[in-house]
Amino acid sequence: MTSMLLENVTVDFPIYNAKSRSLKNQVISLATGGTIGANSEGHVIIRGLENINLSLKEGERLGLIGHNGSGKTTLLRVMSGVYYPSGGNISIDGKCTSLINISLGIDPEATGRENIGIRGALLGFKKRELAERQAEIEDFSELGSFLDMPVRTYSTGMQLRLAFSISTVIQPEILIMDEWLATGDEGFHHKANERLHDLVNKTKILIIASHSRELLLKNCTRIVWLEHGKIRMDADAETVANAYFGHHQ
Amino acid sequence: MSGFPTLVHEMRQPVTIKSNSNVLTAIQKTANKRDCIYMSRATSQKITAWEDIFASVVNFRLAALLGWQDVAQRYRRSSVGAFWLTINMGVLIAALGLVFGTIFNSPMSEFLPFICVGLIMWGYFSNLVNDGCTSFMSNSDTMLQLPIPFFTYILRTWWRNTIILGHNIIIFPIVLLMFGKFVNFNALLVIPGFFLVSINFLWVMVILAVLCTRYRDLTQIVQNIMQVGMYVTPIMWEPHRLPGGTKSSLMLYLNPFYHLISVIRDPLLGSTGTALNWCVVIGMAIVGWSVALLFLNRYRSRITYWL
Repeated sequence: MTSMLLENVTVDFPIYNAKSRSLKNQVISLATGGTIGANSEGHVIIRGLENINLSLKEGERLGLIGHNGSGKTTLLRVMSGVYYPSGGNISIDGKCTSLINISLGIDPEATGRENIGIRGALLGFKKRELAERQAEIEDFSELGSFLDMPVRTYSTGMQLRLAFSISTVIQPEILIMDEWLATGDEGFHHKANERLHDLVNKTKILIIASHSRELLLKNCTRIVWLEHGKIRMDADAETVANAYFGHHQ
Repeated sequence: MSGFPTLVHEMRQPVTIKSNSNVLTAIQKTANKRDCIYMSRATSQKITAWEDIFASVVNFRLAALLGWQDVAQRYRRSSVGAFWLTINMGVLIAALGLVFGTIFNSPMSEFLPFICVGLIMWGYFSNLVNDGCTSFMSNSDTMLQLPIPFFTYILRTWWRNTIILGHNIIIFPIVLLMFGKFVNFNALLVIPGFFLVSINFLWVMVILAVLCTRYRDLTQIVQNIMQVGMYVTPIMWEPHRLPGGTKSSLMLYLNPFYHLISVIRDPLLGSTGTALNWCVVIGMAIVGWSVALLFLNRYRSRITYWL
């Protein structure tokens, strides 16, 4: 049973200015003595998330809204296992994939085909699994003979197509997205959207952060409104969207 | 200002891990313990250092692929590719070999193979250590997006430099052929030697990668140590040239690099390396890995915050 549970999750970012980040200064401050307590232990900490309690069950489609800096990306990173909460607990049961930046790991000097291999391996594909899907990825990207050219020769749209085609062959149980994926030119747009919808429908739990009311209402059953790293509202999509977007107009 | 997170001023060491580990949820309790090792399930329970390293080694293919890509990049616009490094190394060996061989008045047939293995291995050591420092920083984009075990990035650095070593080492048989010499059966010891040396550098890289991510200027200090290390270690001078006495033997035996290089260089030059060399290298591997595992376990969950 796919599920995700966050209990009192708190995330504190230590902010190291040049001073505390330098080992030299820490050694010197040890040697000079006396002022250690006041200077080197009083780090500024930014509280990214505070006491987040969330329980996600199979079938749920969660939307995240909030201002810039309200903790959406941080929460997505906690959920994808990148940040371990500095306080509280999180447990995730299910294969989880985040499509936050689909161009990650694309090497501009390598060919399209090589990039499929690299990105596929980063996403956790075994060699055999990837070989089975290789043709499908290549077909979907419609790049044809360009697949043997270095990616730096591609137009921006072609690069997006490649990244999109590789990233969306995954079949995660939990899918994490930051905004809907950009999909390049018109011709590809329709096909890509269809595929993304397909992926979203197949996944057992969807978590998507977005600023688009339309997108959230279309895809989500539940929305969490984050403010200052805390949950301001957590209810069904309609209610929260009305409250949030009403509040900001 | 409403959109910004609140600033909290804390009088506490930021490295303290505050997670309340005894609040185990029902799900965590029932989660199959073996599942935690694999990335596919149960991603965010706190991953121990041991699980991290185990998962990275099991999926060595990823590290090897990434490491190979780093080398392949050198071949993309040049057919000589990574062999440029070999050519540079060859020129360095020839020049330093001639100069120091003449200064020490050593027979070239002895000295050139000696300095050849020494310089190639030292290049490998210092690249491992220096690149090890930046292993996490140079992969920060990936680390902030995918929960890939961290040791994978260390293995990537190790593999990249090992491939480059494979390029450089071809100078050695050429030098031997020039003097009509061959390796003897002792050369087989280079296999356990290389294995032990790699094990040792891997733990050094783990600790340095964590420390350098937190303290950015440590990278410079490490570079400096490696630079000095080259002159302190018998690379360009032969160990038997040291005047006898406790002082010089201490200078030799207290230098870990001397033992590390001896278990590779001596077998290639026909002897075996001393028992002390092998004991120190094995001892360092055991003690070093114990420390590195504890260290990684303590700070693993903080690393992404430092990026």
